[in-house]
Amino acid sequence: MFKKTILAALSSIMFAGPALAELVVPWFAYRTGAYAPSGIPLVDGINDYFTMVNERDGGIGGVPVRVLECETGYNTEKSVECYESTKAEGSLVYQPMSTGVTYQLIPKATADGIALHTLGYGRTSAANGRVFSNVFNYPANYWTAASVAVNHLLAENGGSISGKKVTLVYHNSAYGKEPIRVLEMLADKHGFEFNAIPVDHPGQEQKSQWLQIRREKPDYVLMWGWGVMNSVAINEAANIRFPMENFIGVWWSGSENDVLPAGMRADGYKALALNAPGTDYGIYDELKANVWDKGLTAGAGDQIGSVLYNRALYMAFLTHMAIEKAQEVTGVADISQADMIKGMEALEITDAMMAENGLAGFAPSFKVTCEDHGGSGLGAVQQWDASAKTWNLITDFIEPDMGMIAPLIKEDSEAFAKENNIAMRC
Amino acid sequence: MPEQLFFTIEVILNGLMAGVLYSLVALGFVLIYKASGIFNYAQGVMALFAAMTLVGIMEGRIPFAHLINAILGTKIHHFGWHVNAVLALILTMGVMLLLAWLVQKVIFKHLVNQEGIILFMATIGLAYFLEGVGDLMWGGDIKMLDVGIPQGLNLWIDETTYNMFDYGFFIDNLDIYATVIAAILVFVLVGFSQYTKQGRAMRAVADDHQAALSVGVSLNFIWIMVWTLAGFVALVAGIVWGTKSGVQFSLSLIALKALPVLMLGGFTSIPGAIVGGLIIGVGEKLFEFAVGPLIGGATENWFAYVLALLFLVFRPQGLFGEKIIERV
Repeated sequence: MFKKTILAALSSIMFAGPALAELVVPWFAYRTGAYAPSGIPLVDGINDYFTMVNERDGGIGGVPVRVLECETGYNTEKSVECYESTKAEGSLVYQPMSTGVTYQLIPKATADGIALHTLGYGRTSAANGRVFSNVFNYPANYWTAASVAVNHLLAENGGSISGKKVTLVYHNSAYGKEPIRVLEMLADKHGFEFNAIPVDHPGQEQKSQWLQIRREKPDYVLMWGWGVMNSVAINEAANIRFPMENFIGVWWSGSENDVLPAGMRADGYKALALNAPGTDYGIYDELKANVWDKGLTAGAGDQIGSVLYNRALYMAFLTHMAIEKAQEVTGVADISQADMIKGMEALEITDAMMAENGLAGFAPSFKVTCEDHGGSGLGAVQQWDASAKTWNLITDFIEPDMGMIAPLIKEDSEAFAKENNIAMRC
Repeated sequence: MPEQLFFTIEVILNGLMAGVLYSLVALGFVLIYKASGIFNYAQGVMALFAAMTLVGIMEGRIPFAHLINAILGTKIHHFGWHVNAVLALILTMGVMLLLAWLVQKVIFKHLVNQEGIILFMATIGLAYFLEGVGDLMWGGDIKMLDVGIPQGLNLWIDETTYNMFDYGFFIDNLDIYATVIAAILVFVLVGFSQYTKQGRAMRAVADDHQAALSVGVSLNFIWIMVWTLAGFVALVAGIVWGTKSGVQFSLSLIALKALPVLMLGGFTSIPGAIVGGLIIGVGEKLFEFAVGPLIGGATENWFAYVLALLFLVFRPQGLFGEKIIERV
């Protein structure tokens, strides 16, 4: 017994080498629970993208990427536990995929010196890098989304929606409430009548809300929903014969999961888009050659090409570019958590970079700076074709009303800084 | 009559219809509680599981395909056929029967004479197990369910009421079908329990396990039968709710809507589940309509429980529940 113990100890000393360098990208997965249908394409997309990078390029700057999946079931407490249990593994950037979790993690990540990236969700005023040193919400946020939706309505109505009625149906949570302030201000500016109707989690029953909408007869309905709330709302809208082309969801209310249950009745429904839908991009050839054909597909491989899978590819691409930028800025391949923040702050996504990575025309270019962590704020509008079962972009990427939004971001973030004694930077 | 009054009537009618949908879920709870004293926490998940199985069979999906593919490296997902809705319904009822048999053999047979809380905890375990098995069998994606029940505005009601009152009432076709289905279900269940040998045996077990055993009633058989009936009711609830929103995990959360119905109607009464559902449905819709806008809306989830609690203050056993008198 003693000999065996000595032998085991010697073996471990002889064969133990330095730990291999790796770039750890944590991911709060929700393959289970009420929001699993949305969580599965996201986690599959992230995994497939970095498998492609590892297989094709041997990682980023020669250092392999490890996606660190932590199952949360879309539960805030579990997400915070996931953060605490994975942060010591060198996690470079957290993408919480939930506005509620983002609010929980902002103080923790800031204290720990780890980056948070909340693409198209989270705390909108975190776009002010002078206050939120570790939080990035590029390329767009809920306030720019609200403005993009209104600008789309303006374009459809020859530049004026004065006197029109616009109703917001929203998830009764921090997420759903985010656009209300901006929509109220836009209503004052453009002279439209605005009201907001909340729907409680999970949103399985919305008869009251849609009876109210039927009675008030708004010209347009906007939706900030998630999970089953989206599909039920689209179904109820079809039930009351609300014209689908006048019903516009935010980018978290515009996936196949949301429209398929309503069948043909969802035809014409619109949603905002941060990136283009479809598979007509060079990256899909790369994924096929390096991931799917090698049998390395994440999950069941049945999410490829869906809206949320594309969203995850976009998130992974932006993380990839930020890591490359961090390596370039610091001259170190195996970057640290602090280096990642430097990389994200110096990030510039150009059309040439997109094209080089098989994503030409997939999303607009933008630049991040120390002051501006929010990106361009551009968003497009996509429309559901129920017979072909495809989403199609029907507009170019639309500019938000930054003249209105920028002062709001400044005001909100500076109030947060004052409350929390945060010194301005940059 | 003013438009406000018509809208109130429309809200009440839709509340009644919504109440019927809640009752469909509550019925499953009542059946099991009445016969075995078990509060079945898994009833909502059973509705999800039943609906998933129905869609899986209809679409010719291979059960456990993801697991098989992961282990064997294959890429099989479908048998390549589609099954007619009626046949799929019969096959799903077979699966629910098998599930009832397994639940009895594997879990409750070993828990006879245990405290109610132990049995309740066993159903919590069953709920989590079924959640996992359902996902593993049929996948976690949202599934479309179409068994031919029409959805959307009932044009006849809309036009008729418009011609009569200059106000078209909105009633969803799906809700009308659900009401008819619920009515048939209640008649069948009441008829079964009152006029069949098995039904009388079920009532005997509900009254007194030991007395029923002493006159030759098989407890084992009755409990399998009750779990099967609850499975069938779960299937009906799953079909109606699944047609509305697609078959997805959230379907299991409809049990939360049934709880206030049970508290109000009583855990042991089939008519109580119906009346309770109607009161909750109308109450929450009227409150949302009248008070909701004043306090920010989204009142339905919590108001149903407040209403049930108010009833509990005056009738702890619910409207139709049995009054339990224990002598010490």
